[in-house]
Amino acid sequence: MYNFDFVKPGSVADAVAVLADDDAQPLSGGQTLIPSMKARLNAPGTLVSLTGIPDLVGVCRESDTLVIGAATTHAQVARDAAGDFPGLAALAGQIGDPAVRNRGTIGGSLANNDPSACYPAAALGTGATIVTDRREIGADDYFQGMFATALEEGEIITSVRFPIPQASAYAKFVQPASRFALTAAFVARYASGVRVAITGASENGVFRWAEAEAALSSNFSADALASLGCSPHEMIADLHGTAAYRAHLVGVMTRRAVTAAG
Amino acid sequence: MPKDDGIGASVKRREDTRFLTGNGKYTDDINLRGQTYVHFLRSDIAHGRIKGIDSSAAEAMDGVLKVFTAADFDSAGGIPCGWQVTDKHGQPMQEPKHPILAEGKVRHVGDPICAVVAETYAQARDAAEAIEVDIEELDPVVDMKAALADGAPLVHDDLTSNLCYDWGFVEENKDAVNAAFDSAAHVVSLELTNNRLVANPMEPRVAVGDYDPWGDNHTLYTTSQNPHVIRLLMGAFVLNIPEHKLRVVAPDVGGGFGSKIYHYAEEAFCTYAAKVLKRPVKWTSSRSEAFISDAHGRDHKTKIELALDADHNFTALRTETYANMGAYLSTFAPSIPTWLHGTLMAGNYKTPLIYVNVKAVFTNTVPVDAYRGAGRPEATFQLERLVDKAARELGVDPIELRRQNFIKPEEFPYQTPVAVVYDTGNYHATMDKMLELADYAGFEARRAESAKNGKLRGFGIAHYIEACGIAPSNLVGQLGARAGLYESASVRVNATGSISVYTGSHSHGQGHETTFAQVVADMIGVDANSIEIHHGDTSNTPMGMGTYGSRSLAVGGSAIVKATNKIIDKAKKIAAHLLEAAPEDIELKDGKFSVAGTDKSVDWSGVTLAAYVPHNYPLEELEPGLEETAFYDPSNFTYPSGAYGCEIELDPDTGKIDILRFIAADDFGNIVNPMIVEGQVHGGLAQGIGQALLENCVYDDQGQLLSGSYMDYTMPRADDMRGFTVDHSCVTPCTHNPLGVKGCGEAGAIGSPPAVVNAAIDALHRAGHTQITHIDMPLTPSRVWAAMQG
Ligand SMILES: Cc1cc2nc3c(=O)[nH]c(=O)nc-3n(C[C@H](O)[C@H](O)[C@H](O)COP(=O)(O)OP(=O)(O)OC[C@H]3O[C@@H](n4cnc5c(N)ncnc54)[C@H](O)[C@@H]3O)c2cc1C
Repeated sequence: MYNFDFVKPGSVADAVAVLADDDAQPLSGGQTLIPSMKARLNAPGTLVSLTGIPDLVGVCRESDTLVIGAATTHAQVARDAAGDFPGLAALAGQIGDPAVRNRGTIGGSLANNDPSACYPAAALGTGATIVTDRREIGADDYFQGMFATALEEGEIITSVRFPIPQASAYAKFVQPASRFALTAAFVARYASGVRVAITGASENGVFRWAEAEAALSSNFSADALASLGCSPHEMIADLHGTAAYRAHLVGVMTRRAVTAAG
Repeated sequence: MPKDDGIGASVKRREDTRFLTGNGKYTDDINLRGQTYVHFLRSDIAHGRIKGIDSSAAEAMDGVLKVFTAADFDSAGGIPCGWQVTDKHGQPMQEPKHPILAEGKVRHVGDPICAVVAETYAQARDAAEAIEVDIEELDPVVDMKAALADGAPLVHDDLTSNLCYDWGFVEENKDAVNAAFDSAAHVVSLELTNNRLVANPMEPRVAVGDYDPWGDNHTLYTTSQNPHVIRLLMGAFVLNIPEHKLRVVAPDVGGGFGSKIYHYAEEAFCTYAAKVLKRPVKWTSSRSEAFISDAHGRDHKTKIELALDADHNFTALRTETYANMGAYLSTFAPSIPTWLHGTLMAGNYKTPLIYVNVKAVFTNTVPVDAYRGAGRPEATFQLERLVDKAARELGVDPIELRRQNFIKPEEFPYQTPVAVVYDTGNYHATMDKMLELADYAGFEARRAESAKNGKLRGFGIAHYIEACGIAPSNLVGQLGARAGLYESASVRVNATGSISVYTGSHSHGQGHETTFAQVVADMIGVDANSIEIHHGDTSNTPMGMGTYGSRSLAVGGSAIVKATNKIIDKAKKIAAHLLEAAPEDIELKDGKFSVAGTDKSVDWSGVTLAAYVPHNYPLEELEPGLEETAFYDPSNFTYPSGAYGCEIELDPDTGKIDILRFIAADDFGNIVNPMIVEGQVHGGLAQGIGQALLENCVYDDQGQLLSGSYMDYTMPRADDMRGFTVDHSCVTPCTHNPLGVKGCGEAGAIGSPPAVVNAAIDALHRAGHTQITHIDMPLTPSRVWAAMQG
């Protein structure tokens, strides 16, 4: 790790002010950023910690929306969202291990947009709104490919607004070594229709599986997906699975999520 | 009944109190005054020619003491290889130099080029980034068969090819074996890979070199399984330091699994640099560094064939194996695919004719050497996979085919056609025991239950033999070992009767401090708590060859028995004097010496006190004191064996395999501490199951390590296993060591991979996927699913 300065502001405004410096970078749970700094792959001059900003932490229901502060840990979401949005709570409870869940945060996960991360599937699969210090971004516009998002330099996520579905579930097939998602599906049913988001599978990061959404919107059952296949085109191929295998898992995991959502 | 703390008692491991409370003293806990830190700048390419190194900027940086390159080691030797294999033409293997720092070329990702020593670790690492190394990239060789092709790039320019040796065993039998195949009623063959593994002990390697200029004394603290071997190899072959000026200490060591047997360049570096700089030099490997600098394990490609007669008796076996050596020969590397592998190819069977061919190959990858089991897992895997395949092709029960060809209990000692003589065993008994514990009879009902849930259930069997307790020195000498393989012990009885035992074996997870004390306590009849076991420091323990090959109790324990017997003999003479009786009439029981047939007695401490306060003592016949040393050189290997059963469920949608039951019925001979034995088997099983389902060390075609961290290298975790049924009630004691023990450290890792793979193939066949005859390890969900797609 290289040397860096560390600041821990108490408000979003203060954080954003420090982040105006090109060499500054936000630090949330540090579960991604710190390991990459230790490996000397990342060398910010100043780390701006977000976890001391009270406004950024917490889970709160506003009628049909669940609002989660960006610096809320996975462990807290697993606990505090369990009543209002069990599908999301279950997803948070499957991220990493207890140590990771007690530090890692939803904002960090969405800002990082790892193609195998869990939260992007929930955000895209619900059509959540990513709220930043300066605007609101719909999930469909937010995710822009592997590790790429709509965030601008110095822009920070402050909260995420999830429309609460009638039913939802996340089915995750783990990559055996990292236990990130090798392929996972988040399925959410709303009065207006069904959304399906797939993570772990595509070279373009999280994506919506439109055919499945259409099929499930008219018949919310695993059977509705029986004849649907997902193309291996642009699927990730690595040590842990071929593109064809991931494409196959998209179907299996989506069916399992539908069954679990009930 | 065993005494509370004698042989046979499940005494809790006394060392665990300090380990589990974080009070172990590991090498990294050692910090010396004035200590400096070294960071190795390692090659990030697999193969290249070093054109120039400019370290001037680095040397000018804060805190930097010196940047070392190969030029600083002109007077030092290379890292030696401890075993010379002779090829099938009678020629010695090709043995390239293994320099401490790369000389002229880098040969694998991780090959150290420069070493930066600085006041702090961070300064050393920062400075390493300022070094400019001009390297001309060369084409690497990664695949073994490609490495042997005409015109392949040479890993070592001074060798004639990338072939280390082409070994035939037993070469004289080759024609007879081929003839048996020509006339066989059935021939079954299989090609398979034994996947490359990274040992990954919990504690990474660490070395601290220290030099005392006033006495010209060198000390190396290191994470080693065998400090005396390091002292011998490094002192005599690398740095030219005589033994009396070199002390090697391996304190608490957090696991090794083979990877800490070898003498490594970093150890020689720290020892040498401490003298150059006149300050202690410390190196602590990071986990990432461990992946590219610890010796790897396994990595064989094999074709194996079995000939059978019309009655399904095995008539001949023939194998051809390519064994990856990596870029340099690690300490014992050449012996693993040969003498620790070829000699085991008879397995538990009466196959009369066997021919084993092994081609050891240099590639631009990390050196490969012993890893838990070392050669024996590779032998067992191919044989037990092949026997299963044979049963399937012949349409017979795999259990019956094995039973029919097993060596029968009354046929021991049994001379195999591959040199070794099995002293004892009862394979029918272990097989029966395993099937009973597995409730094999109830399998069909359980399978039907799984099928209802859409899952494929399978049961796999493997029966292994291993050779432990390596071994008679005169024999291994003939086979090319450059060291003896005895073990040693000094037993020092103190005046008040407490006992200090100094063993040449080293404990790094095996529980010697507990088990060895049990042995001595049992022999003398004193409380085990009055016995302390010391190991790991060449300055106070007798020369020992170390801990590997499940040899500690069989060989090291036997040395302790020998030394303790000398103590008892002498103590009886002292007791005889005190009791005014003849030594032949003295009996020792429960720590008390008595004259047979009388009520005259003296207790242990009465005798020990007399030895050190010899007021009433036969000084003209007997020296005072009570301290004895013994060396024990075994007359044969020991041959543990066992039956392993694995029951799995396979999810046909994802290809994921779940192990539902695992049964290990082992014959380890006599057992000193059943609880420790179970722990050893559990650990071995976890690593064997890891190899079968999870672990895989993978290079791309440029020699880059793709599985270089835990993000991609799958270590087995607790939730990958559901507990094991472990039994060691089948006992055929070893006939040639005083304890009748065989060794249990590696069995789990040897017997389990074929059991797991056989179970998977069984599940697939029962579900109609009969086109699948083999899937290479690890059986990841993706591989299993791909096989099912046809
Ligand atoms: C062992 C392990 C296992 C894991 N397993 C999983 C898993 O199964 N599934 C999964 O999804 N993830 C997994 N993770 C990742 C984990 O969830 C991380 O916590 C998460 O990806 C990043 O969150 P963080 O709060 O730690 O962010 P940090 O590491 O602090 O930051 C990550 C990046 O986001 C930026 N950032 C942070 N907060 C904000 C913000 N509010 N606005 C803008 N930018 C911001 C940072 O500058 C940095 O670039 C695992 C991590 C580890 C170490």
